[in-house]
Amino acid sequence: MFGFLFRRIGLVIPTFIGVSLVAFFLIRLLPGDPILLMAGERGLSPERYAELMGRYGFDRPIWEQYAGYLGSLIQGDFGTSIITKKPVFEEFFALFPATVELSICAMIFAVVLGIPAGVVAAVKRGSGFDHGLMATALVGYSMPIFWWALLLIIVFSGILQWTPVSGRISLLYFFPSVTGFMLIDSLISGQKGAFASAASHLILPTIVLGTIPLAVIARQTRSAMLEVLSEDYIRTARAKGLSPFRVVGVHALRNALIPVITTIGLQIGVLIAGAILTETIFSWPGIGKWMVDSIFRRDYPAVQGGLVLIALMVMVVNLIVDMLYGLINPKIRHTR
Amino acid sequence: MPLLDIQNLSVDFKTASGPFRAVDGVSMTVDAGEIVSIVGESGSGKSVSMLALMGLLPWTATITADRMLFDGHELAGLSARQRRRIVGKDMAMIFQEPMSSLNPCFTVGFQIGEALKVHLKLDRKARRRRVIELLEMVGIPAAAERVDAFPHQLSGGMSQRVMIAMAIACQPKLLIADEPTTALDVTIQAQILELLMQLQSETGMGLVLITHDMGVVAETAHRVSVQYAGQKVEEQAVAGLFADPHHPYTAALLAALPERATSRRLPSIPGVVPGQFDRPTGCLFSPRCKFATERCVTKVPPVQGRQAGYALCHYPLAGGRPVGHPGPGATIHPDLQEVA
Amino acid sequence: MTDVTRTDTVAAAKVQTDARPGRLREFWSYFSENRGAVIGLVVFGLLVVVAVFAPLVAPFHPNEQFRDHLLSPPAWAEGADTRFLLGTDAVGRDILSRLIFGARYSLFIGVVVVSISLIGGIVLGLVAGFFRGWVDTAIMRVMDVLLAFPSLLLALVLVAVLGPGLVNAMIAIALVAQPHYVRLTRAAVMAERNRDYVTSARVAGASRLRLMFVTILPNCMAPLIVQAALSFSNAILDAAALGFLGMGAQPPTPEWGTMLAEAREFILSAWWVVTFPGLAILITVLAINLIGDGLRDALDPKLRRS
Repeated sequence: MFGFLFRRIGLVIPTFIGVSLVAFFLIRLLPGDPILLMAGERGLSPERYAELMGRYGFDRPIWEQYAGYLGSLIQGDFGTSIITKKPVFEEFFALFPATVELSICAMIFAVVLGIPAGVVAAVKRGSGFDHGLMATALVGYSMPIFWWALLLIIVFSGILQWTPVSGRISLLYFFPSVTGFMLIDSLISGQKGAFASAASHLILPTIVLGTIPLAVIARQTRSAMLEVLSEDYIRTARAKGLSPFRVVGVHALRNALIPVITTIGLQIGVLIAGAILTETIFSWPGIGKWMVDSIFRRDYPAVQGGLVLIALMVMVVNLIVDMLYGLINPKIRHTR
Repeated sequence: MPLLDIQNLSVDFKTASGPFRAVDGVSMTVDAGEIVSIVGESGSGKSVSMLALMGLLPWTATITADRMLFDGHELAGLSARQRRRIVGKDMAMIFQEPMSSLNPCFTVGFQIGEALKVHLKLDRKARRRRVIELLEMVGIPAAAERVDAFPHQLSGGMSQRVMIAMAIACQPKLLIADEPTTALDVTIQAQILELLMQLQSETGMGLVLITHDMGVVAETAHRVSVQYAGQKVEEQAVAGLFADPHHPYTAALLAALPERATSRRLPSIPGVVPGQFDRPTGCLFSPRCKFATERCVTKVPPVQGRQAGYALCHYPLAGGRPVGHPGPGATIHPDLQEVA
Repeated sequence: MTDVTRTDTVAAAKVQTDARPGRLREFWSYFSENRGAVIGLVVFGLLVVVAVFAPLVAPFHPNEQFRDHLLSPPAWAEGADTRFLLGTDAVGRDILSRLIFGARYSLFIGVVVVSISLIGGIVLGLVAGFFRGWVDTAIMRVMDVLLAFPSLLLALVLVAVLGPGLVNAMIAIALVAQPHYVRLTRAAVMAERNRDYVTSARVAGASRLRLMFVTILPNCMAPLIVQAALSFSNAILDAAALGFLGMGAQPPTPEWGTMLAEAREFILSAWWVVTFPGLAILITVLAINLIGDGLRDALDPKLRRS
């Protein structure tokens, strides 16, 4: 297990160096002088220009600049926003909980609906439910989620007036951030109606962000279950006189989950890409919206830092998924 | 009263190309403490009838029977829930492929203990004790450690021992072994058979041994039922069967045994078991039978009496000669004569 | 337990192959078994026809403005002008005509992205799988790096750096689609290259290039064709998303995502300006995904994954 862990971490290091290279050179691709770009319309005195040039190290050879950049990344310095003048790292983690909260809710939505639906479809293969579910899943999988979000807003916020259109909580409520998760903080605050408000703000973004993972997980669960249900060990389990619930829910599901877990892990990247659109549409103050805003504000240090941090998150999540995979699949756990 | 009493069991499968009868009017009985062997080539429906008994067939199968009595219960009339109380407890089964028949995600101990939990309601400690005891019974060394092993850490022979331990966990009255040694190495085969015999004589359970290996039958069974293309063609005590087979198919199977070979070339049965599309009229064995006459092709053969081993044949053999046969000139496969 | 039935289906399959239909014929017989795939193909064919003959099919020019018919609802709604079947947008342009011309952009994006990423992916994947060693390691590490970024984010940043626009959006999307092709090709090449037929070609003196492209490549095509269908629909979705975020095709281009972005402020007042462009994206993507599923089942049953 530890050997596996070390090998896996060993693979992360070159990837991280590659990510830093991409982030470093992407910004160098921008046409024009980086300092003037940062200064924007205001213009600079020659002295100030020289000073900034020295501070950012643009006067040194490029590989030295990169070495300096990598060094500061390792020390946890991901640059400073030129708009807010705050460290990118700080900004990122101030907004990060909002994205995590939304992503977790979307993932729970997708897993809680997708796995049972896939299991039932596989058990009742060829039934009306199966055909209906697979057709729905294909539609969900093909969905342009930014449009889906607008449709849901038209129906639930416009016509039915059930849910708010944007933000994380109604402006009526204010309480200090303890965990950064609005659902938990609103409960801690003890204010009446705060939790309901936070929850109602979460519903539509959760559905929108969870739609594609839901479709993918339902499809994957169904095909994995179909494969597993025809295995000899399922016959063995039934020969023991176990109930169909136990045969499907314990013996089959546990094996079918192995590929499903991989799929869920692969959905993390999809989720962040989806968060960019979802957060922008619902004005959800998370890192997705922040990245888009930074791009439009031409806050290149923030874009650069955010890119590296997000890639780092994806790598860490993939690492965790691999660990989980080892936990659930004994064959991997025992290979040394 | 026999432990198991099946009368006129038929199993039909719905397939894309129409219905297919895998088991056709098979009857058999097993007494407590008796070893009955079912022999036949692959595709003869010998496993299907036992899977039907266990309720393990997919939904595409339709099972009909005049009687399916086990230990005084009519299985056909039981609800799924009631049947599950018997299956795995009083009636257990082991399969051909031990490696793939164990769930790769759970430890050996968990999988054996599950039957104990469901049927005997043993608590965790008692289960573990009993599992170790069972593993020792089936001859697994270092049983206390192997309890926590995963199936992929075991060899094929070990896996089959685990399967046997799982099957006998609740001390069943009947054990069905579906080709338990086919997938194993030759040296391991003998060990597993020996283990099954030993457990059977210790516990006094009934044992149904499904096999295509006449050698295995000779060493183990008390009584033999020969199946061909879903039908039972003969049933006899083992000594009688080997001494005086009454159905031409049985005779041909025995002649194909190496130790019985009389010539330098080992005789074989030409052709294959008929499938869904080439099912003959009359006697199903007629296309491959060296005694077949015009009558065999046109008329369904009768079941002969006990003396003739319940042979499903127009001209049952007695001492190797077909009784009532019109003579070599009437056979429709003169070419088969020469081969035999 | 089911070996009885299994032998019969094998027998049935044998009967079919005995007739020895051509490869294409055989593929079609499998593909057409899947009703969804056939529907997808028909819809996609219609889209191609509409896109190619857009100037003939569309009732108006996509940018023609009818100043006295701003936000006119679809023809069946109350107070509608029946000339505008799906209504008009905020500056009085016929939505149906814009959608018809928009089909050209979406299909063009799909074709360009798939061509670029397919060719690049095949070359890199073949090189990596064929030569192994440090070349392989280097290529695969670079692909790992690309995969570490969420694809839409990387495309977004790339477009932001290169400058917003349709061409840059296509380049960015093709780049982020690349790793999937490289991985698939490499895996297929590694599975094939030790087969006997490759060895015999090598012994017969085939050159490396010939081995790579003539001997091995045709046998790796099945997963690549399926992936091409998948990334075709992904390219359309990503391009529309970039357009929606203002980083793809720029107004007044009638690209579907860009149309949605322009329509956003009217979501609560004029549902049709939002609904139809999105529906067009959904139908196109759905049709291609249906074809993709059909291709997967027909070309390689082993590929039936998600």
